[in-house]
Amino acid sequence: MISRLFKFHGGIKPDSHKSESADFPIRPAPIPPQLVVPLRQNARAIAHCIVEPGERVLKGQRIGKAQGALGTAVHAPTSGTVVEITNRPMAHPSGLDTRCVVIEPDGEDRWIERHPIDPLDTDRAVTLAHLRDAGVVGMGGAAFPSHIKLGDGTGIETLILNGAECEPWITCDDRLMRERAAAILDGAVILCDLIGARRIVVGIEDNKPEAIAAMRAAAEPLEHAIQIVPVPTLYPAGGEKQLIKVLTGIEIAHGRLGSAYGVQCFNVGTGHAVHRAIRAGEPVVSRVVTLTGNVSNPGNFEALIGTPIETLLPLAGPKADTNRYLLGGPMMGFALPDLSVPLVKGTNCVIAASDALFPPPPPELPCIRCTSCARACPADLQPFELYWFSRSHNFGKAQEYHLFDCIECGCCTFVCPSHIPLVDYFRFAKSEIWARERDIQAASEARNRFEFRNFRQEREKAEKAARLAAKAAETKAKIAKEPDAPSADPENSPADAKKALIAAALERAKQQKAAIEPKNTANLSPETQAEIDEIEARRQEQRLPELESTPPGPDEGASEKQEPVR
Amino acid sequence: MLSALLIMAGIAIVLGAALGYASIRFKVEGDPLVEKIDAILPQTQCGQCGYPGCKPYAQAVANGEADINQCPPGGEDGIRALADLLGREFKPLSEEHGVEKPKSVAFIDEQTCIGCTLCIQACPVDAIVGAAKHMHTVVENLCTGCELCVAPCPVDCITMEPVRETVENWKWKYPVVELRKVA
Repeated sequence: MISRLFKFHGGIKPDSHKSESADFPIRPAPIPPQLVVPLRQNARAIAHCIVEPGERVLKGQRIGKAQGALGTAVHAPTSGTVVEITNRPMAHPSGLDTRCVVIEPDGEDRWIERHPIDPLDTDRAVTLAHLRDAGVVGMGGAAFPSHIKLGDGTGIETLILNGAECEPWITCDDRLMRERAAAILDGAVILCDLIGARRIVVGIEDNKPEAIAAMRAAAEPLEHAIQIVPVPTLYPAGGEKQLIKVLTGIEIAHGRLGSAYGVQCFNVGTGHAVHRAIRAGEPVVSRVVTLTGNVSNPGNFEALIGTPIETLLPLAGPKADTNRYLLGGPMMGFALPDLSVPLVKGTNCVIAASDALFPPPPPELPCIRCTSCARACPADLQPFELYWFSRSHNFGKAQEYHLFDCIECGCCTFVCPSHIPLVDYFRFAKSEIWARERDIQAASEARNRFEFRNFRQEREKAEKAARLAAKAAETKAKIAKEPDAPSADPENSPADAKKALIAAALERAKQQKAAIEPKNTANLSPETQAEIDEIEARRQEQRLPELESTPPGPDEGASEKQEPVR
Repeated sequence: MLSALLIMAGIAIVLGAALGYASIRFKVEGDPLVEKIDAILPQTQCGQCGYPGCKPYAQAVANGEADINQCPPGGEDGIRALADLLGREFKPLSEEHGVEKPKSVAFIDEQTCIGCTLCIQACPVDAIVGAAKHMHTVVENLCTGCELCVAPCPVDCITMEPVRETVENWKWKYPVVELRKVA
């Protein structure tokens, strides 16, 4: 049992802005006129498309098969017709295209036959495959496949359900916990049994008293050891490592994961998705998303995966002075490059931003080494040092200062008195390091392939030489055996021996030529034979004068052709 | 006097034997400098430096036969890394060896390919598959972009296409500070 809470280093207290959207129940979003379902739900894996344009699909029908170690399935969010399979921009800061299945809904919203399973009665591997094929991924934002996180079912003591929702503005988990606490906890119990944990701890920030009360009420009748723990509101308490620290006091070392310490975290939304997948046999085809910010009608909406953001926005009614949209929270989210991008499983919030609500950052000033960033960093890093190294492209040094422990929470940028976009520098440095890593790997593979090719060419040369030598020796032996060969003494006059060999070969060729009879002249009638003879005679006549005056042209042409192409 | 000489000679013999033994016992196979240079080179195996591959060029640089600015695919970053390693001055890429280009991969127009296998023979990393009189194709993620297959093609069906930006290889850009107009 958790009797005391711990504190992680740093953290900030931004204005939470939760009340704007938290007070309205979750409303279903209407089915849009067109759904764009990306086959790639995160940056790691892409599903293999198994439908064709023109095909009719039912709600929950699999349209993308899981492939690769981190793959999960993708499903049709409603019934309708596949219009095309094409590249569309995805919900990613780059705004780059990815393979998408475009579905035109028929409005019937008819489900495919659903197969609920009983996890107590089913083999563990089968249940995990069921989760993978139901497309269950982390609903907190990273969209990491849940069946991978469940591991081999050993070594996990505590299952933490993350309901902290520490980012300002976002309230989708809050609403989900208030309205569907029983379903979330049922999903958590299933996860707990699958992972072999002994207890479930639900961490919820104490600015959500209704959610805490609802979860407590739902946990009461359950037999499992479930504890609902209010955690102090401090951004980023919902970070995995930070929540583990607060609840258990365990500090996750550099380069390790919570599972190495017997702790595994799942988002409350993931718990809900697991419940739907197991108890109802429904794959992940929708999610709750917060629409808030500079809008007249903020709230949470249950929208189908693949709903374009631009068709979702009118539900909340963005105000006239909105000039950009953020996907995710204001701390870790990014500005949408294109409003046509579809909702994906990891999309928890869309914020309409205006200059009044989110004033553009003042110009960047030089770092004054005040170390406010280091005091605020929840990962115990020294952002000002990392900033110098990233800025000067000194990536090796940045790695030495544990750049990759940075969770990009944005605390340092938030507190910086010089308004330096520190996280942008860290993201830049991280992706540069990854790119270099990829280049080094590609270079080493190219080196290996080049060396193998050289080795292969050498080997082929040696093999050819050996073959020729063996053949030469064989012929020599043959000649030596034949006493009536034209040249009596091949040992003494190699030139003669060679000539003899050529002569013998010519003789053989002549014999072979003579032995072959053209097949089409085998059974000819006398008339045809006579005709052929006549033609042959004519041909002979014509050929004679031609041979006498052969032009020298062809020879020259041939020599020109033989010049090397390179 | 004599004893001093003997002692000095004795020490010299002992130390000499120790050094001689060490040079045999701890002999380094190959030149480690060549390996280090080779690790910096991009392994494109394009031969633009004038040597048949990256390793021979690394060997030539180590021997002082070649300069450090002859590798266009390595670019300025590569020259800087070589200059750092060898303690030499940085110098710009030598123009006679080519210019730095964005990384690209070969692409075979499959409609035009006649299946002559010349490009397969030219490829230094065996990244082209195909057989005589059958269509050839480039294995995109093995291609180093060396362009060695372009010249031998008798029907000019090979083009170099810049590597496309995908979600996997997309990079965050260096933060740019927007300058606002001062009224």
